[in-house]
Amino acid sequence: MTHAIVQLAYLAATVLFVLSLSWMSHPRTARRSVRAGVAAMLLAVVATWIQPEIINDGWIILAIIAGFVVGVPLSRVPLTAVPQRTALSHAFGGLAAGLVGTAKYYLWSSESPEELTTFRMIAIVTEVILGFLTLTGSLMAAGKLQEVKWIPQRPVTYPGQNFINLGLLVIAVAIGAVLVFQPLGPWSHLMFPAIIALALAFGVLLVIPIGGADMPTVISILNSYAGLSAVAMGFVLDNKLLITAGALDGSSGLILSIIMCRAMNRSFANVLFGAFGKVQARAATGEEKIYKPETIEGAAQVLEQASLVVIVPGYGMAVAQAQHRVHELAEQLRKRGITVKFAIHPVAGRMPGHMNVLLAEANVPYSDLVEMDDINADMSQCDVALVIGANDVVNPAARYDKSSPIYGMPIIDADKAKTIYAIKRSKNPGFAGIDNELYFNDKTFMLFGDAKAVVGELVKQLSGGGGH
Amino acid sequence: MTQRVWRRVVLWIVCAGPVVANAQSTPEHATAPIDQWSMLFVFVLATFVGLGVIVRVSRLLHTPLMSITNAISAIAVVGSIIVTGSDYPRNIRILGAIALFASMTNIVSGFLITERMLKMFKTTGEGGKK
Repeated sequence: MTHAIVQLAYLAATVLFVLSLSWMSHPRTARRSVRAGVAAMLLAVVATWIQPEIINDGWIILAIIAGFVVGVPLSRVPLTAVPQRTALSHAFGGLAAGLVGTAKYYLWSSESPEELTTFRMIAIVTEVILGFLTLTGSLMAAGKLQEVKWIPQRPVTYPGQNFINLGLLVIAVAIGAVLVFQPLGPWSHLMFPAIIALALAFGVLLVIPIGGADMPTVISILNSYAGLSAVAMGFVLDNKLLITAGALDGSSGLILSIIMCRAMNRSFANVLFGAFGKVQARAATGEEKIYKPETIEGAAQVLEQASLVVIVPGYGMAVAQAQHRVHELAEQLRKRGITVKFAIHPVAGRMPGHMNVLLAEANVPYSDLVEMDDINADMSQCDVALVIGANDVVNPAARYDKSSPIYGMPIIDADKAKTIYAIKRSKNPGFAGIDNELYFNDKTFMLFGDAKAVVGELVKQLSGGGGH
Repeated sequence: MTQRVWRRVVLWIVCAGPVVANAQSTPEHATAPIDQWSMLFVFVLATFVGLGVIVRVSRLLHTPLMSITNAISAIAVVGSIIVTGSDYPRNIRILGAIALFASMTNIVSGFLITERMLKMFKTTGEGGKK
């Protein structure tokens, strides 16, 4: 009887999870998806807990309370820190999967070895490898995003790197294969920890050579791994709810990774093994080019005359905390009957969709956030393109310069606007370390300074200097 | 539009439901053989359902999508509860409790932050000054 109730609850939870994700198709319905997700999770937890074999409630309650104590503050982080939080939570997901796999292996090997069938062993080995590599890989990614001191931001490369990395994984899989066929062989008590250690090391080494600009892709791939490790746990525990929910997460990570890779015109293999950003040294040796600076007053005058202004925000805008000022600027322009749109590149920000959330927080209505492909069709009619803290996503070199590391990456065609203003803190190259040709275009004028201050000045100029 | 989404979801459930239900009719006693093939079927079908649903997710919402899938993949909580709460040796249950803590953290922070982000998405009417 309990069995039937539990399975029905799991089935209902599966349905709710699918509904939850399908409601994410539009901001209007999206709020429902959280409610559906919470309901599904409650069902799953309660259904598992009421099973007769669960007899130690105390530990469960303690662990759940601890989860709340850590989880609530983690949900209050500033939106610029959401990528780190996400990476950290992939790490937790990987840890949970790895630990449950480990626990089940030792339990069965000591108490009921007949349970360790070939199929289960394959699932356990997969779960443990995926779980632990996701743990360290995500911790590294979180560290890089948080800019923790002892984790290098720039890609770390050394000769034979890919060979060593793949070698580690191959050894881990090989040991796993031996264990699958001889789960209780003479060396198994050493082999299992060896697999864990190799997976942990592989996770670190996998992410170390990857630069900041590739973080959106890496986070998506790790998202997929975290999901797949839950699937493997489902295979180990013979639990279909784990399999379905894990598969939903895995496919979500997969699709986001594909979108991110396409947005940078790169393949998975290239992101993971290509060490983006190595080529920076070359850019520094290029000849001196001249920026054309512009004053706030001049820029404000041109903005006032425009009929279509496209704002191209980049992560630099968020770093400078300029979102709210940018929204004020858009409101000022709109008051004068000027159309203002925000051009959002898929990799703007540090995780998929990051820029949309940052602007939504600043009260920019989502109907003004336009995707790259849609805005590019209108760029020739655009009077002023205002580039705020964006760099690589507007670099025209991506179109023709085959030697550029971002060659082939689809960009926002800011250079097709009649006038371009670029707000830039300093004359250093951007996150990916590449010089930007847009800044040296005949139509481009630079507004040097902190994005928040510059946009604030523009707002002041527009609201004070005539117009009312 | 929402109706179309609904129809699709219902269609998927009708297609995938029997497989899932069938698969779950196998008793889960330790002595019963594990039904590995039905699990593989469930996995493959669920992946296709996932791909179909996720492809339609608004690009505006990719960050909330990732945080809600974080919370959903913390379904590992189910396995963690079993390992923590069953009559297993102490060391095994310690591993389970750590896993349960990690999953629970993901559930709590994942859903809360998704809710927080989704609240920020406003249309033109609701936008502007609060």
